[in-house]
This record gives sequence, structure tokens and C-alpha cells, in this order.
Amino acid sequence: MPSLEQIVRVLSLEDYNTRVVVLGVMALGAASGLVGTFLLLRKRALTADALSHATLPGIAVAFMIMVAFGYDGKSLLGLLIGAFVFGCIGVLAILGIRHTTRLKDDAAIGIVLSVLFGLGLCLLRIATELPSGSAAGLSGFIFGKASSMVASDATTMGVVAVSIALVTTFLHKEWTLLCFDEKFGSVQGWPVLRLDILLMVMVAIVTVVALQSVGLVLAVAMLIIPAASARYWTTKITPMLIAAASIGCLSGWLGAVVSALVPRMPTGPIIVLICGLWFIISFIAGPKDGLIIRQWTRLYLNRRIAKQHILRAMWEVCEGNAVPEFTVDSIVYVRSWNKRTVIRLLKKVSKLNYVTQLPSGKWLLTEFGFAEAARVVRNHRLWEMYLITYADIAPTHVDRDADMIEHVLGRDLVAKLELLLDATKIPQSPHKIGVTL
Amino acid sequence: MKVEAGHSTTSPVSIHDLTVAYQRKPVLWDVDLDIPEGKLIAIVGPNGAGKSTLIKAVLDLVPKASGKVMIYGRPFAKQRKLVAYVPQRESVDWDFPIDALGVVLMGRYNKIGWCKPVRKKDIKAAMESLDRVGMADFARRQISQLSGGQQQRVFLARALTQDATIYFMDEPFASVDATTERAIVKVLGDLRSLGKTVVVVHHDLQTVRDYFDHVILLNMRVVAHGPVDEVFTDENLKKTYGGRLTLLSEAADRLARH
Repeated sequence: MPSLEQIVRVLSLEDYNTRVVVLGVMALGAASGLVGTFLLLRKRALTADALSHATLPGIAVAFMIMVAFGYDGKSLLGLLIGAFVFGCIGVLAILGIRHTTRLKDDAAIGIVLSVLFGLGLCLLRIATELPSGSAAGLSGFIFGKASSMVASDATTMGVVAVSIALVTTFLHKEWTLLCFDEKFGSVQGWPVLRLDILLMVMVAIVTVVALQSVGLVLAVAMLIIPAASARYWTTKITPMLIAAASIGCLSGWLGAVVSALVPRMPTGPIIVLICGLWFIISFIAGPKDGLIIRQWTRLYLNRRIAKQHILRAMWEVCEGNAVPEFTVDSIVYVRSWNKRTVIRLLKKVSKLNYVTQLPSGKWLLTEFGFAEAARVVRNHRLWEMYLITYADIAPTHVDRDADMIEHVLGRDLVAKLELLLDATKIPQSPHKIGVTL
Repeated sequence: MKVEAGHSTTSPVSIHDLTVAYQRKPVLWDVDLDIPEGKLIAIVGPNGAGKSTLIKAVLDLVPKASGKVMIYGRPFAKQRKLVAYVPQRESVDWDFPIDALGVVLMGRYNKIGWCKPVRKKDIKAAMESLDRVGMADFARRQISQLSGGQQQRVFLARALTQDATIYFMDEPFASVDATTERAIVKVLGDLRSLGKTVVVVHHDLQTVRDYFDHVILLNMRVVAHGPVDEVFTDENLKKTYGGRLTLLSEAADRLARH
């Protein structure tokens, strides 16, 4: 366990090394969150994966060229240029395969990703066996080696992050149009192809910058996971961009801090794991379509449906009677519920003062319950009538369809239907109740 | 204005000798058309007849194998501002994180220009368009929460906000509810009274007479085109639909008898 003193030192960024890594990956996280959002909306997540794998041969080739010309083979700028060039070649290869053959995106990506990565591994081996220059550090790009970062690397990441934030701000609406409806944009005269290329170039830049810290195998995680998590928190694009950038930035910070505190923990994988944790939290607790909110909405709807069903059943068995009282068995007879369910539902609605149990064991609809049940029945039958009159559905099928739609039927529509069907009193049910043919 | 020979300058859309092919398979053959100004025009034909392709070829969305298209005597690329387009509803992902207003605002992006943010007057214009299709109350609704018909009306509002002269609509009536159908018909009428030209890919033969002035009967080639009264005849329909029409007319007869 790290001591308190260690924790304070890491959090206050006292060490030079920690400072470089923490600030660098925070900038990287923010940048990839922004670009990743558009990448995700453009449905290019896997293309980015192929792009990052395609950088490996670029690194090896750049190394060999630099060594051949007598330079230092490990000049970072040179290696990254090689990586960028091959990343772009990878994307072009995917687009080429898709446009000229019958193969779809997934196959094209699979081919390009594996072939270029395989090529990269072979070239890397050749590079390490070159007599001149030591290529020992090159494999660090595969899984990332944050500890090798120096101040200039963090500065590069910062510059990249700021540039990408600027481009995203300025091209916000153009990229939104590209991702949502490319054809419409093209008819309006926007250069969609160039906007698309620019987006992929931004992705390539972020990937290349991420190589050193996160590594090429995991670079795509930084692009996709923050954006995908952000989707669970908002349904608007601008908040989504902000959320994705924040999640990326926070994951970078936490990842760098954790790996500084726990000895021999690789930074890249830790950052990706923390991104993954964010995704799990968002997936479960996110207010937009998160697991909890989804279950809760379903439960709420089911309970409402059950309540309306029991109200309707009670009203229907009492229909025409002078006193709205009934037995449990009469409800069981008209509905598919068993006796226990009926009693449970009756107890539930009795808490809402819709019914009371008489000393005789029979149940009685209260005045309040009677009115509510009458309302539900009227809604239901209006809808049934509407379906029969306008939608040409055979009456035997109506009940089930009506049951589904009735619960989403709002007051406005009911008012319209009333006018439409001139029904001020409760209409007769168009089919015989409780009889299954 | 420089005008190329053989093209009418008064016709909003003049199509000359147009052939479109998807990978060796021709979809449209030798289409020659002058679309009349200020009319509601339906493009009608069986599935796979190239109805959408015709619109897409006019709008440079698919490459032409041969032929030329002129918008008021000039190439489309120079006349973009005159044209609004309503794509098929299925052509986009309605799970996209944007609200109805956001989609309609896309129709104003041209007027806003590169890199500039949306202004108040754009929002006002977009809201007016939404109001014209009866969707003002849904402006802030996320688009996946809208019904199919409502989504279609959002698309229509986006085209309206472009304030164009020629409107191209790809199957706007496809599987929409009665309210939406009425809203679209009303918008079409409004556009006609403003002197706009509207070209609609349409699939429902029953409503062609009620909704449109002109009809283009298409089945890989133009079978007939002209005013609905003259051209929309049983004989021309049989030429367009071949054997399939008998099935359709039987169904229509049965409906009429009820």
C-alpha cells in the first residue's frame, strides 16, 4: 500500500515524472473524448482500431529509413510521422476495399487490421536485427510506455488537445451534419468528403499521440469508451462532447495517479480499465437509457398497466349492477389472473381507496374507485372504437392492441376521440366480455 | 446567363439523356424530362424502378453514366440554393443525440455558413417551419422519441426552412399516420400556392389523383409523363407496372365495393 505521503506527493504533482505523465494523459483523454464522440456517431469505431494497428509498420519503416540515412532511429517525431502515414494508409485501404468489392466494413477492417499489424511485427523484428542502431524501445509502442514520457511529450499532447478542442468547436455543426445526414449535407453543397477526411486525420493524430502512453493496441479504447459512456448521460450532442472529454480527462488523471502509486503497474492499461469502469457506471446508472432507469420505467409501466387492468375488470363485472360489489371469483372468471394475483391487486388498489372489502367477503368499488374505473373503461372503449372505425382491425383482435396503446393514450387524444366518436357516455364494449372463443 | 443548348431555361429541372448504372446494372435508361414549374409532381413506378435514383442523380448523389441535368438552365452545383431535399426517413440513424429543432436547424446551415454558430433568427425560422408541420410542441424532443410520422414531419420542416424554389421529396408518405399525411398534403398545397415546384417519389397509386398535378410514370425508363388527368390512365399504369397492376387493381376494386 502506498503511504499517505506518497499519495500526497502524487496528487500534488511534485515529481517531475508524475507531472509529465498526469498532465499529458489528461490532455490526451480530453482530446480523444472530443474526437471519439464524432467517431462514434459516424460509426467508425472499428476503423479507428484498424488505424491504430496500422501504425506499427509505420513505426518500423520510419526507424529503418532514419537508420539508413544515418540519423538517430529513435527520433520520436520521425517515428510518429511514420505511424501517421501508415495509419492513413490503413484507413484508405479499408475505404478502398469497401468501395471496390462486395465486402462490408467489418471484413475490410478485419483484413487491414490484421495484415498491417502482422506486417508491423515482422518489420519490427527485422529492425531489431539491424546491425546499426538499437531498436529495443520500439516495441514499447505496442502496449505503451508512459514512464518514458518527457516534458516535450506532455507539451505535444497539450497542443494536440487544444487544437482538437478548437477544431471541434469551429466544425461542430459541420461534423454534426456529416455524422447525422451526409447526403443532405452533400445536397446543400458541404464538402462532405473533405470533412470526413479531416475527421479521420484528427483521429489519426490522436491515435499517434496516444501510442507512447497507451500503446497502439489500446489506443482505440480512449477514443470509443468515453464517448460511448457519455451517451448514457445526455441526448444532446454538445453536452455529450463535454461529458466525453471530461470522462476521458478524468480517466487519464486517475489512471496516471494509480499507476504512479502502485509500482510496476502499466499506465496505459490502467487508464483503459478506468475508462471501462466509467462505462460500467454509465451503463448502469446513466439517466438516459441506463440499466436502472430502464428497469424502473418498465416496472412503473407494468404497475400502471396492472392497476388499469384491475380497475377495468372490476368495472366490467359490476357493469349494469345497482351496487358495484363483486366477488374475487367473478374477476378470476373474466381475466387470466389466478386468485392469488387478483387478491394481491385488490389489496393494492384498496390502499388507494378504490375498493373496500365488505364483511361478507365481497368487494365494493368506492365512489372514487368507481369514477376512476369508469374513466379507464371509457378510454379503453373509445380507443377500441377508434381502431374499429379507422384502422380496419377485426373486432376479435382489438382487445389486445387496445390494451397496449391505452396506457400511452394521453388526455389530449382522449378529448379528440370523444369529439370524433361523439361519445359522452361510456360506450358498450364492442365484443363480449370474458368469453374466449 | 450562359445556357447550354438543348435545355430549357424556364424548366426548373431539365433532364437530358440521363442513364444511371450501379456496377454494370443500369437502373435508369435514357431519361428525358422537362419538369414543369410551380406544380406538384409525383414520380410513380414499381419497386426498383429507379424512382429514388432519379432524384439522387439530379442531386449529384449518385454518379451519372451519361446525360445532363440542368436546374433552371444551369448545372445543379451552381443552383444548390434553389433546391431542398427530403431524404427517405430510413436513411439516417434516429438514435442520434439531437432534438427535433436541431435537425430542422440543419436546413439553415447554409445560410449560417462555415464555423459560425446558430443564431437566434435561425432558431426562429426553424420553429416556424416546425409549426408549419404541426410539430412546434415537439421541438425539444429527442428524435428517437418521435413516432415515424413525426420524424417524417421533422424532415419536411428541415426542407421548408431552406426556403428553396424546388423541393425533392423521397417517399414522404411511406408508412406515416393519418395526421402526418394530412400535414404533408397541406404543406404541398402551401408550396404550390407559393409557386414552388415539388417533385415527390410516391408509392400510393390511390392518392396520386388527389395530391398531384403532374405524374411521371417510371420503370427504368420514363413510360409517360404529363398532367395527371391525361397521363394517369389504366393503360399507362399497365405499361409501368406490367402484370403486377392487375393484382393492385383487383385489390382497389374490392376496397371500392366495400
